[in-house]
Amino acid sequence: MLSLSPIQKFVYRLNNSRRTARVLLSLPVWLMAIIVLIPIGVIVLSWLHPQTEVWQHLIETQLGFLLKNTIILFVGVGVWTLVFGVSLAWFVAMCEFPGRRWLEWALILPLAMPAYVFAFVMLGLMDYSGPVQTLYREWFGAKAYFPYMRGTFGILFVMTSVLYPYVYMLARSAFIHQGRSALDNARLLGLSPWASFFRVALPMARPAIAAGLSLALMETLADFGAVSIFNFDTFTTAIYKSWFGLFNITAAAQLASLLLLFVALALFTEQHFRRGKVHQNPLQHQRYQLSKTKAWATTLYCSTVVLLAFVIPVMQLIVWIVDAENLVWDQRFSELIKNTLVIGFSAAMIIVCVGLLVVFGRRLLGYRQNSGLLRIASMGYAFPGTVLAVGVMIPFAYIDRELGQPITRWLGVENDHVLLGSMTGLLLAYLIRFFSVALGPLSTSLERIKPVYQHISQTLGANQWSLVKRVYVPLMSSGILTALLLVLVDVMKEMPATLLLRPFGSETLAIRIYELTSEGEWEQAALPALVLVSLSILPVIIMIRRSGIRLRDKQ
Amino acid sequence: MKNEPLVAVTDYLQITDVNVCFDEATIVHSASLTLGDGQIGCILGPSGCGKSTLLRAVAGLENLCAGNITLGGRELSASDYTISPDKREIGMVFQDFALFPHLTVAENIAFGLTSWSKTERQQRVDRLLALVGLVGMESRYPDSLSGGQQQRIALARAMAPKPKLLLLDEPFSGLDASLREELVPEIREILLEEQVSALLVTHDQMEAFAMADKVAVMNEGTIHQCDTAYNVYHEPESRFVAGFVGQGEFMRAIVVDELSVDSSLGRLHSKEPHGFVENQSVEILVRPDDVLHDDDSEVTGEILSKQFRGSHFLYRVILPSKQQLYCFASSHHNHALGEAIGIKLDLDHLVMFAERPSV
Repeated sequence: MLSLSPIQKFVYRLNNSRRTARVLLSLPVWLMAIIVLIPIGVIVLSWLHPQTEVWQHLIETQLGFLLKNTIILFVGVGVWTLVFGVSLAWFVAMCEFPGRRWLEWALILPLAMPAYVFAFVMLGLMDYSGPVQTLYREWFGAKAYFPYMRGTFGILFVMTSVLYPYVYMLARSAFIHQGRSALDNARLLGLSPWASFFRVALPMARPAIAAGLSLALMETLADFGAVSIFNFDTFTTAIYKSWFGLFNITAAAQLASLLLLFVALALFTEQHFRRGKVHQNPLQHQRYQLSKTKAWATTLYCSTVVLLAFVIPVMQLIVWIVDAENLVWDQRFSELIKNTLVIGFSAAMIIVCVGLLVVFGRRLLGYRQNSGLLRIASMGYAFPGTVLAVGVMIPFAYIDRELGQPITRWLGVENDHVLLGSMTGLLLAYLIRFFSVALGPLSTSLERIKPVYQHISQTLGANQWSLVKRVYVPLMSSGILTALLLVLVDVMKEMPATLLLRPFGSETLAIRIYELTSEGEWEQAALPALVLVSLSILPVIIMIRRSGIRLRDKQ
Repeated sequence: MKNEPLVAVTDYLQITDVNVCFDEATIVHSASLTLGDGQIGCILGPSGCGKSTLLRAVAGLENLCAGNITLGGRELSASDYTISPDKREIGMVFQDFALFPHLTVAENIAFGLTSWSKTERQQRVDRLLALVGLVGMESRYPDSLSGGQQQRIALARAMAPKPKLLLLDEPFSGLDASLREELVPEIREILLEEQVSALLVTHDQMEAFAMADKVAVMNEGTIHQCDTAYNVYHEPESRFVAGFVGQGEFMRAIVVDELSVDSSLGRLHSKEPHGFVENQSVEILVRPDDVLHDDDSEVTGEILSKQFRGSHFLYRVILPSKQQLYCFASSHHNHALGEAIGIKLDLDHLVMFAERPSV
């Protein structure tokens, strides 16, 4: 018969039995979209069983409070990340000042600091007995005013410090790409520097800033660790409490649906402000020369941010570790690290495999196919971990009750929970939340492999296997490794979903930090926290490199 | 004066009545083309005419739905038979060169040489680097090379396994004009030096003329004419070829007898019978170089537009009969718009088509 290569045969079959092939190739993205939609559906449907008593109680006692706190957090973090993110980005992108080169990447570093780590470090530093207040009292006397760090100001400070880099990174690259010509024109047309900033530079960078802001807002809404350390009750902590305190998972789901409304608001913000073109100006980038005073003031401003948001907390962690006497890298801690890595790697492998299936399916089908489904599939990053946990828990409990228990009873093995409390739920939640994290590097690296490479290899006498070995693997390996690393670190940092869905007795670094900090044992939490921060530096370095900042100058 | 007829080399590449179809659409219509061993052929046509598809069919990247392709007597493709691209020993240079970004220049060139011994491979890579003039670049990566350098590496990579035929898909379209002018003759030299038969695809006639021993003019999936560049220019066999290759105007004329016609520039004579019947309305192809500016000529034309081209002027003139023509005039003959200048025809032979039915 015909002598065709496997890919030709496949394409041949694709042409002939189009529908089957299309269904087969679309399957991964369909499944992924359904997996993402199930938790949302479950949460919305929870309103079919209104929990009147619980809600009565909630409305009387907490609901107003929860709404107030969530709105304060949402608006406060939104405004402050905008102010710091945009101003820092502007200075770094458009002005020349001493130390700009290293500040350009150092300003991204706070991204490596999980909010809950920064939160407990802050409390340790700033509490009445902490070093800052002690020193303050020595200088200004015992009665001098000191801001109440456990309150609104403290939590806003913490969240802003770790989240401004999202706005900073995207705004910086927008400012650099849009260049100076539009601004110079605005000045020639008679606008003052400030007016040209607000009327030209800012509107041009708006899509990028909106994207960064919505990321920061989504992280804010998802945060569970930092707010629980500050006892700043929001929906995430309320969901946790109604589950573990009241054992009412339906009420938890209904709270989760309210939280989802806020998430929708964040997404809407992005969609609304993101409209419009991303401006590209490939001309050489010329920075403004500042006067000496202004330049040094800028250096001072930028380095203070790095100092407060990254250097000082890391130093404090190190001090605690060095000071602690009974703290050693013991057997239990090695176990903890091992467990964290096992969970992280399993999740990363699963997510990257699913991601590969999806991107290859799209490649073979054509990129215009299924793009709506892909958008749904990668929507999971917007779900707070607590919401996801509830959304996974409810169907699992249902399946266990209706299917698992009868089967185990029939088999003669009494087991109340088959799915519940198993690794499956946790891995599923990770898959939903971090799928889009893996998708980025995977599709970028696949796009590097032009379809024409296949033809070139063939005309050079290479068969399919050697094509895979000599072209696909070397060209995709860095993308796959990046995806694995990004997911691994995100999974290790993830706290609320892990806390709610983990198999009984299974501990990770994040869980240990939660347990220790909820008992106020900050010194003890320093070691797992520092390990987590150090690991989180790796994806941040990847991000720094991707944003085109050179860590070392080429000679 | 005619170019010598093609020497009857046994046809090395034979493309016979080939159809290529996508879904219901037929992209290439019974295309036929032959190429002798060691010759350089060119498929010339406007974009979207199916020329690249035909080239890909020769490479085995598209299947045929009719016709067949043979190379050196071996059948490569037929409507029910396709040898896969990796077993054809045909090299191909793609439009965007598409060098492998993860491999060095030397590794790119050696990509198709896996079955060669290490010393042979090294020698081959060295020879090709010398041939394309890039010695010393072997350990560079493609993204550090200029467009012209990438082009030459792509060529070296395709030639490395000593293919029986080399295909080039719009090899110069990604390069800027000055570089193209420099590279075209250079690439031709390299191909001749390697004694490789080659078939290239282009929409640029100057490229085709400079590169090819044989030009196949293609439009809407059909090959209109396959001949030497000289013949394609001077003896176009179809109205499309006449219009697409070179500049020119069609001038109306009436057939007088089997050797002559009457036009607004007087009676014109053909050396051979033209095959049209008496009193038939025909159109004659008049190239700008067929129309000479002659102050003594009785026939004058009014200048409608002019372009200064350095060595000469290109005038567009309108005759009293409303016939418009292009005319080359020496650079010294600078006339103003609207001025009437004397012109005369210097037709060496007549290229004639039946008059188009008026619209």
